[in-house]
Amino acid sequence: MSDMRPETETELAEIVAGLAAPVRIVGGGTRGVPGPETALHVSGLQGIELYEPGALTLVAKAGTSVSEIETALAAEGQRLAFEPMDHRGLLGTTGEQTIGGVVAANVSGPRRVQAGACRDFLLGVRYVDGTGQVIKNGGRVMKNVTGYDLVKLMAGSWGTLGVLSEVSFKVLPQPEVTETLMVAVPDVTQAVQAMSAALSSPFEVSGAAYDPAEGHVMLRIEGFTESVQYRAAQMIHVVAGFGVVTRIGAAEAMWAGVRDVAAFHGVEGDVWRISVKPTDAPEVAEALQADGLVFDWGGGLIWARVPAGTDLRSRVGSLRGHATLVRADQATRDVQPMFHPEPAPLAAITQGLRTRFDPRGLFNPGLMG
Amino acid sequence: MEMPIPNPAVLARKARVVDRLLSVLPKDAVIHEEAETRAYECDALTAYKCPPMLAVLPSTTQEVSDVLRICHEEGVPVVPRGSGTSLAGGALPTADCAILGVARMNDVLDTDYENRIIRVQSGRTNLSVTGAVEEEDFFYAPDPSSQLACAIAGNIAMNSGGAHCLKYGVTTNNLLGVTMVMMDGTVVEIGGAHLDAGGLDLLGVICGSEGQLGVVTEATLRILRKPEGARPVLIAFDDNEVAGHCVSDIIKSGILPVAIEFMDTLCIKACENFAHAGYPDCNALLIVEVEGSEAEIDSQLAKIIEIAKRHNPVELRESQSAEESAKIWLGRKSAFGAMGQMNDYMCLDGTIPVSALPLVLRRINELSEQYGLPVGNVFHAGDGNMHPLILFDANMPGDLELCEEFGAEILKLCVDVGGCLTGEHGVGVEKRDLMLHQYTAEDLEAQMAIKDVFDPVWLLNPAKVFPLSVSQDRRVAQVAAQ
Ligand SMILES: Cc1cc2nc3c(=O)[nH]c(=O)nc-3n(C[C@H](O)[C@H](O)[C@H](O)COP(=O)(O)OP(=O)(O)OC[C@H]3O[C@@H](n4cnc5c(N)ncnc54)[C@H](O)[C@@H]3O)c2cc1C
Ligand SMILES: Cc1cc2nc3c(=O)[nH]c(=O)nc-3n(C[C@H](O)[C@H](O)[C@H](O)COP(=O)(O)OP(=O)(O)OC[C@H]3O[C@@H](n4cnc5c(N)ncnc54)[C@H](O)[C@@H]3O)c2cc1C
Repeated sequence: MSDMRPETETELAEIVAGLAAPVRIVGGGTRGVPGPETALHVSGLQGIELYEPGALTLVAKAGTSVSEIETALAAEGQRLAFEPMDHRGLLGTTGEQTIGGVVAANVSGPRRVQAGACRDFLLGVRYVDGTGQVIKNGGRVMKNVTGYDLVKLMAGSWGTLGVLSEVSFKVLPQPEVTETLMVAVPDVTQAVQAMSAALSSPFEVSGAAYDPAEGHVMLRIEGFTESVQYRAAQMIHVVAGFGVVTRIGAAEAMWAGVRDVAAFHGVEGDVWRISVKPTDAPEVAEALQADGLVFDWGGGLIWARVPAGTDLRSRVGSLRGHATLVRADQATRDVQPMFHPEPAPLAAITQGLRTRFDPRGLFNPGLMG
Repeated sequence: MEMPIPNPAVLARKARVVDRLLSVLPKDAVIHEEAETRAYECDALTAYKCPPMLAVLPSTTQEVSDVLRICHEEGVPVVPRGSGTSLAGGALPTADCAILGVARMNDVLDTDYENRIIRVQSGRTNLSVTGAVEEEDFFYAPDPSSQLACAIAGNIAMNSGGAHCLKYGVTTNNLLGVTMVMMDGTVVEIGGAHLDAGGLDLLGVICGSEGQLGVVTEATLRILRKPEGARPVLIAFDDNEVAGHCVSDIIKSGILPVAIEFMDTLCIKACENFAHAGYPDCNALLIVEVEGSEAEIDSQLAKIIEIAKRHNPVELRESQSAEESAKIWLGRKSAFGAMGQMNDYMCLDGTIPVSALPLVLRRINELSEQYGLPVGNVFHAGDGNMHPLILFDANMPGDLELCEEFGAEILKLCVDVGGCLTGEHGVGVEKRDLMLHQYTAEDLEAQMAIKDVFDPVWLLNPAKVFPLSVSQDRRVAQVAAQ
C-alpha cells in the first residue's frame, strides 16, 4: 500500500477505519522513528485554528509545523514555554517538525525544570483511535478535571494509541530579558550540587545544565529586567562557592545547543537519553562509561554518547529511572528496544491500553513495548 | 440523585466479608456497626447521604492490598476516601460498599531538599505537607482552600487546584510518582524521583481519575523553595465586565502573578462581614498577588497598577503589611464559609475561556433572576475557573431541585462558551449526568476503556464520573458475574 496523507480530520478517520495493515504515523519525520513500511502522514492537517493571546491559548491542527506556530506566537511576544527540541541536527534528519509530533513525543527542553513538560502545557487533544473514531479530551481552558485526563496520556504515547488531529496549548509570554551564568565546575558531583543549590534557591532558574567537556554549569534566569538583574546577582552568591562565575547574557545559541544536544551533532555513536533523580546522576554517569555526556534538568536528564551497539541499560543495572535509545543504526535497534522495559504490572497496563485504543494493532507496532 | 441499587448478594455476605477483613486488619480498623458507619455517609456534598456497608482504615500499603484482594474476591464495591471534603460527592458511599479510608496513613517517608521532593503517605493533609518542609523554607504549591483538612489522596484523585495555581500549576503538575494498589491487590510503582516517568504517562491518567483506577497509598511530590516575599493588591471596579478586561490585560502583559482572584458584590459583602478583611465597597474586586524580593514586588505591582488604571478602577490598594495581606487572603479563603452563613449554598466549579468572562457573568445574573435564587461569584480569574455559589434553603421543599437545575444551566453555559463542567472539584456524582453535554458517548467510551484496563470488574467507585446509563452495562456485567 502506498503512503497516505489526509488533509482533514474526517479524511483521516475514514482512512484509519479502512486500514488493512499497520502503519507508521509520520508528522514531519524529523525524529526518524522506525516502523512499518507504509506511512500515514499527518502533515496535511494544517493550520492554527484559534489563537487568543489574552487567554494564553492556541489551538492547531496536528500537522502544523512548529515553526509556523512559533512565528505566530513570536508576533505577539509569546512562546511555547516547554522549549521543544529540534531533533534534526542530532538525528541527521530533514523536514519540518510538526506540533503533533512534539506532543506525541512529549518533547520538552531545558525549561522543563521550571515551567514543566509539553504535557503540562497541553490543554486538549482530538485524535482518531484505531477503529477510526474521532475522540476529544480536555479542551482549551487552563483548568479542567472533567473526566479522565487522556490529554496527558496522549502526550508521549508516540502515536501508539491514536493519531492526533488537533492539539491545544497554554502558551506564555516571552521574558523581557534572559541572563545566563556560567560556573566553572570540574566534576559532575559538584556540578549537580551547584545546580541543586541554584534550583533550591528562591531565584527561579529556568535552565540548569552541565557540559563536562567544557567544565561549565549553565544557569538561566528570565523575566523583567530589574528582576533578572537582582536574581542574577543573588544567584552569583548562591553558586560562588562552586567555582568562578561569569555572566554571559542571553546565550540563546548555547541554550539551543543544550536543548538540541549540539555536542553530539555529526559525531559517531549511539545516543541515549537517561532520566534519573538528579543526585543519582554522578553515579549513573560513571557507570555509563560514555564517550560523551551532557547533563540537563539539574542533572535529572543525561544525554550519553556510546559506541554503536552498546547495551547501555546493562551498564546501569537497576536504574531508578529510565533510558531511551534516541539515535542508533538499525542493527542496534534490532536488539535494543527504544523505550525502557517496564515492570510486568505496568507493561500489562500499557498493553491493555493499546489493545483498547487500537484493537487491530495498526499504529506504530513494535514501539513502546 | 440516582444511585445503583445495592447488590443484595453482597449485603448478604457482610458477616463473612467482615470476618475476612478482621483477619488482615486490627479490630479497630474495621468499622461495621451501623451507628459507626454513619460517620462515612457523605463528604462535603452533604445533600446526599448513604451509610456504607462497612469502612476500613488500613495503615500500610500491604493492608490496603489485602483489603482490596478480599473485596475483589467477594465482589464488594470499594469507595476510596481521603478526608471527605469532596464537593462533588466523589466519596459518597453506596449501601453495599466498603469505604477504604487512608486517614491513618499520614507519615512523611522522605524529604529530599537537594532533589526538591517529598514522599508521603497519601492520607497526609495538604497543609501538613508544606508543614513538613517549612523549616527549610520549602512548600508544596497546590493550595486548595480546604488545605487544612483535605488529603493528598483526594487531591490526586481530583487533581485539585487552588488560588496559587496560576503560577505553580495544579496537582498533576506537581506529582512525580505514586504507589498505587489495583483492585485485585497488585501494588504498582509509577514514576518516582525523576522528572518524567517512563513509558505511557499513566501518572497523568491516575491523577484526576476520582478513585476509579486504584487506591493511591504513597506519593512523591515536587516541593519548591518559598519566594522571598509576596504581596497582594486589591483592585476594585464598579463593573464586572471591566474587571474581566483588566484580568485579560494583566495576563497578556507578561507578568505572571501567582494569583488573580475575583469576587462580585454578594461575595465581597459576605466575606467582609465574616472576616473583616477591609475590602472596598464595589461591584467587582480583584486580588492580584505577586512574589519575589521587595524590589521585584514593587516593580511588578507598579506594572499591574498601571494596567489597572487604564480601566478606571474605583479603588486601588496595595497591602501595606503582612497582617493586611493575611487578612485579604483570609477573606478570600473563607468565601465559602461566609456564604454558608447567609444560607445553604451549592458551589459550582466550571471553567471558561477568560475572554468569555463578561458574557458568562451577565448570563448568570439573568439566570439568577429567572430562578429567583441569589448567586455570589468568587473565582480564580487568571485561569477562568469560576465558583458561582448559589444560595438556597435546604429546608424549603423544592429549593434544592431548583438550585440544581439552575446550577446545571450555568455549567452547560460554561461548556457552550468553550469551557468545561469542572475545573478542580471533579465530577463525582454531582456532575455525572451532565457529562454528555461536554463529551460524546464515544468520548466517554474512550475514558471508560481506561477503567476497563485498570479495574476490569468495575468495583472501584463505580457509580461516579460516568452517567449511570452510560456505565450501566459494565456495572451490570460485574454484578452478574458474581
Ligand atoms: C529514536 C528517537 C528517540 C527520540 N527520543 C526523544 C526523547 O526521548 N525525548 C524527546 O524530547 N524527543 C525525542 N525524540 C524526538 C521527537 O520524536 C521529535 O522531537 C518530534 O516528535 C518531531 O516532530 P515530527 O513531526 O518530525 O515527528 P515525527 O518524527 O514525524 O514523529 C515522532 C513520533 O510521533 C508520532 N507522531 C507524529 N505525528 C503524530 C500525530 N499527529 N499523531 C500521533 N502520533 C504522531 C510518530 O509516529 C513518531 O512516533 C526522539 C526521536 C527519535 C527518532
Ligand atoms: C470549603 C472547601 C473548600 C474547597 N476548596 C477547594 C479548592 O480551592 N480547590 C480544589 O481543587 N478543591 C477544593 N475543595 C474540594 C476538596 O477539598 C478537594 O476535592 C480535595 O482534594 C478532596 O480531598 P479529600 O482528601 O477530602 O478527598 P475525599 O473527599 O475523601 O475524596 C475525593 C475523591 O478522591 C477519591 N480518593 C480518596 N482517597 C483516595 C485514594 N487513596 N486513592 C484513590 N482515590 C482516592 C475518592 O474516592 C473521591 O472520589 C474544597 C472543599 C471544601 C469543603
